[in-house]
Amino acid sequence: MSRQIKHYLGDKDVQVILGTLLRVGVIVSTSVVLIGGIIFLLSHTHQAISYTDFKPEEAKFSSVAEIFKGLKALDGLAIIQFGVLLLIFTPIARVVFSIFSFLMEKDYMYVLIGIIVLCVIITSLYLDVAH
Amino acid sequence: MSVLLFTIIVLIGAFLAGLLGSLTGLGGGVIIIPLLTLGLGVDIHYAIGASIISVIATSSGSAAAYVKEGITNVRIGMFLEIATTASAIAGVIIATYIKADYIIVIFGFILLFSAFMMLRKKVDHSNNEKTSILANYFKLNGSYPTENGPKQYAVHHVVGGFAMMFIAGTLSGLLGIGSGALKVIGMDNIMKIPFKVSTTTSNFMIGVTASASALVYLHKGQIDPAIAMPVTIGVITGATIGAKILIRTKTDKLKVIFAIVVTFLALQMIYKGLTGGA
Repeated sequence: MSRQIKHYLGDKDVQVILGTLLRVGVIVSTSVVLIGGIIFLLSHTHQAISYTDFKPEEAKFSSVAEIFKGLKALDGLAIIQFGVLLLIFTPIARVVFSIFSFLMEKDYMYVLIGIIVLCVIITSLYLDVAH
Repeated sequence: MSVLLFTIIVLIGAFLAGLLGSLTGLGGGVIIIPLLTLGLGVDIHYAIGASIISVIATSSGSAAAYVKEGITNVRIGMFLEIATTASAIAGVIIATYIKADYIIVIFGFILLFSAFMMLRKKVDHSNNEKTSILANYFKLNGSYPTENGPKQYAVHHVVGGFAMMFIAGTLSGLLGIGSGALKVIGMDNIMKIPFKVSTTTSNFMIGVTASASALVYLHKGQIDPAIAMPVTIGVITGATIGAKILIRTKTDKLKVIFAIVVTFLALQMIYKGLTGGA
């Protein structure tokens, strides 16, 4: 009986940590996007903008390396893109977190399944699709 | 159009998308894409990139709200994510080789289908009868707490559900949407998972799947920060307020009105695609 209660509490802890992780991920990434947005808007308020044609060759900050380079220069758009990157990594953090909780439960089959999912996602990070 | 005006229009639109998306359960992507393409003349490639970001934002935002209830079946989610993430990346790659007009037409049809699914009366097929060998092997069966103690449920048709997730993932990657409607079919109708579990579990999967696609879209230059900024802020604000209203409001009438709007947008998208993006 006492063991069951302990297990239940463990599950609850996991839920609380997970909820916090998601909330923090969303709040932090939105704040970063907002800060970048303000910097960008202040310097480009009246600049004309048009997205009628897709021009991938003009895309700035389309890789993690470029985003970090822009961050150093405090470029508003780079800061926004960094916030977007944080947002993208929030669900991925959830996968990593789940793998650890499976590891603690000694459920090695699901540790493996989690790692497979993570590998697929990491592949997408390095996948260079022709424009 | 000036940067400021564009930002304000997208911000308001994304706010409404997040609000209506969370009130009706349809998700943000289905409104963001028509808003940007039909409303503001944005190229579909950029619209898809912005939409996938809104999908992640809605998923993580509502997951943080749901997680306290503790009924997500992480094993089912993780197991099916093998299918959804791999096929989502395939979907993004397929999108590179398909003419943009065809993608717009496919999107229109998925929009029609989503409107239909939203109005359809949902039936809970869950039971605790004999389950499949695969569900046992992968430990997919579970239980959720009720007033009368934990309720057990058995998962059925694992192969069928897994196959459905391949289709859902491909469309998610191809169109930059969450594919919630298809995931519901896979989990509720095929695998017979109870609503209480399928809603949150599918939300978990939507976020993870979208993040896999989003990374590829980022590299393809389809995620433009100047569009992503108002979309992210608008959708998150709208979805958060929507989730609060949802607790104390009936949304049946809103769903009907919204389905009509979505149908109208869907037909316009199909027309736009068929006439070459006029």
